[in-house]
Amino acid sequence: MAWKTPPDLKYLKSDEWVRLEGDTGTIGISDYAQDQLNDIVYVELPDVGTELQKGERFASVESVKAASDVYMPVSGTVTEVNTALSDAPERINSDPFGEGWIVKVKVTGDADNDSLLDAEQYAEWCNTR
Amino acid sequence: MSYIPHTDLERQQMLAAIGVPTIEDLFEAVPAKYRFPKLDLPDAMTEMEVAAELRALSEANDNAQDFAIFRGAGAYHHYSPAAVNHILLRGEFLTAYTPYQPEVSQGTLQAIFEFQTMIAQLTGMDGANASHYDGATSLAEAVTVALEASRHKRNKIILSPYIHPHYRAVTRTYHQGQNLRIIGDKAAAEIEDLVELLDENTAMLAVAYPNFLGQIEDYKGLADKVHAAGALLVFVANPLALALFKSPGELGADIVVGEGQPLGIPLGYGGPYVGFFATKMAQIRRIAGRIVGETVDQDGRKAYVMTLRPREQDIRREKATSNICTNQGLMALAATVYMELMGKTGLKQVAELCYHKAHYAAAQLDALGGYSINRNKPFFHEFVVKCPVPVKEINEKLLLEGIIGGYDLGQDYPYLKDHMLLCTTEVNSKEEIDTLVDVLKEAQP
Repeated sequence: MAWKTPPDLKYLKSDEWVRLEGDTGTIGISDYAQDQLNDIVYVELPDVGTELQKGERFASVESVKAASDVYMPVSGTVTEVNTALSDAPERINSDPFGEGWIVKVKVTGDADNDSLLDAEQYAEWCNTR
Repeated sequence: MSYIPHTDLERQQMLAAIGVPTIEDLFEAVPAKYRFPKLDLPDAMTEMEVAAELRALSEANDNAQDFAIFRGAGAYHHYSPAAVNHILLRGEFLTAYTPYQPEVSQGTLQAIFEFQTMIAQLTGMDGANASHYDGATSLAEAVTVALEASRHKRNKIILSPYIHPHYRAVTRTYHQGQNLRIIGDKAAAEIEDLVELLDENTAMLAVAYPNFLGQIEDYKGLADKVHAAGALLVFVANPLALALFKSPGELGADIVVGEGQPLGIPLGYGGPYVGFFATKMAQIRRIAGRIVGETVDQDGRKAYVMTLRPREQDIRREKATSNICTNQGLMALAATVYMELMGKTGLKQVAELCYHKAHYAAAQLDALGGYSINRNKPFFHEFVVKCPVPVKEINEKLLLEGIIGGYDLGQDYPYLKDHMLLCTTEVNSKEEIDTLVDVLKEAQP
């Protein structure tokens, strides 16, 4: 099974992705993650303005079979949350890298790219699990 | 009668199947000196002897049915219609526990769903869970929700001193070691005093409705102030009173908890009772306990399921916010049968009888001269009476007349020494009340 791993994104082993554009980061969970979770029914979003550290839990994604925490791939301040997910959490299943985005942050500190996986490394990681 | 179904032959066969020589060998993991300790048990008794012994034990207590009871303080002597027990004692309900393969037990789920629905309607909330052990536990769980709602950034909990003393004690026990500040209830406090304590560190403010002293306080504007501070407003309510008074939902509550015992559940020497927990939609994913939902199956037929499962310990596991994964099924069923049997009109009628009898009793006591009734606030079916002699003395005299008198408030509120909390329910007849008043008249110095 080949899960989508867009090449322009960075990934965490815990299945988060981040799209870095300047000092804006858009964050979500990967195709692999949504496939494992199954039908997503609820997303608990942080408040805009929340300051978060890399590795900190900032959201929770709930499916019929699990409640999964989502961790920050970078440090940043939340500038936008995807409120459409309140009524349509299934967007994470149908379009995990597009309409299923979870938060946008203003990246603070070093993006610390060394600990982030690129698409190839992440795809490899998924295949060996 | 043997309660162990296996024969010796079956035991041998089972041991052989798993390749273990004797039963004793199964306990190898237990250190030798603790294996098979000597148990100093009396000889086994026959069923006849056991029945006699249990009967003797039960006769050591007085029976509620033999007394006129004027004490409430959290456990109320109401009439439980025969239909309640008739349904409760059915084997399908009596022995079944909270279902682990829930969808197979549609009847159980339907009963729970109806319980949840009526509780939500009574309290004016959006949803309710399948119940907790008792009112005290429900309050403790409300604190957990409030802490979660504040994302654990707040640790102050304000409790009115007129929430039942046991509920406040249980809440403190439940949350010990969590670095919380539970305040507001050490001295007498009006609602304004509690509001003064609100700050940006407050997760929750809780009041009782009616309160432990039987009073209906003035809750107008309270919700706005609590919400302005970013905290949750919790009501601890008597479900029977809610048949008569505005619902906590209309008063701006976020969560309503309380004790369901007044709904057709007997005094039972303190239990089993049942706690209810109702909430607005905003908090529904944070609450503990089972929740039953109504849906349709693949053929479009109505069906019941356990829903919002990812909150629970079996799925959420180490991230679960509570250890509660059960409910008080049988008692919730009793309350459900009671509420459905009485209906809106019946419940209101019971509440009105309680209210009017209490006010009649109060008026009679007023006329005696030696007693003063606290009328600072409106009351439901309990009221505070300042007595000319210690409550203990009065209750001893009442007991001789087959009457259980009111609760001695001095044991919980030092500034209410010699104050009695008197309760009347639909069960108390006018004659009983008049006898009570006569004894109290005699007790005057």
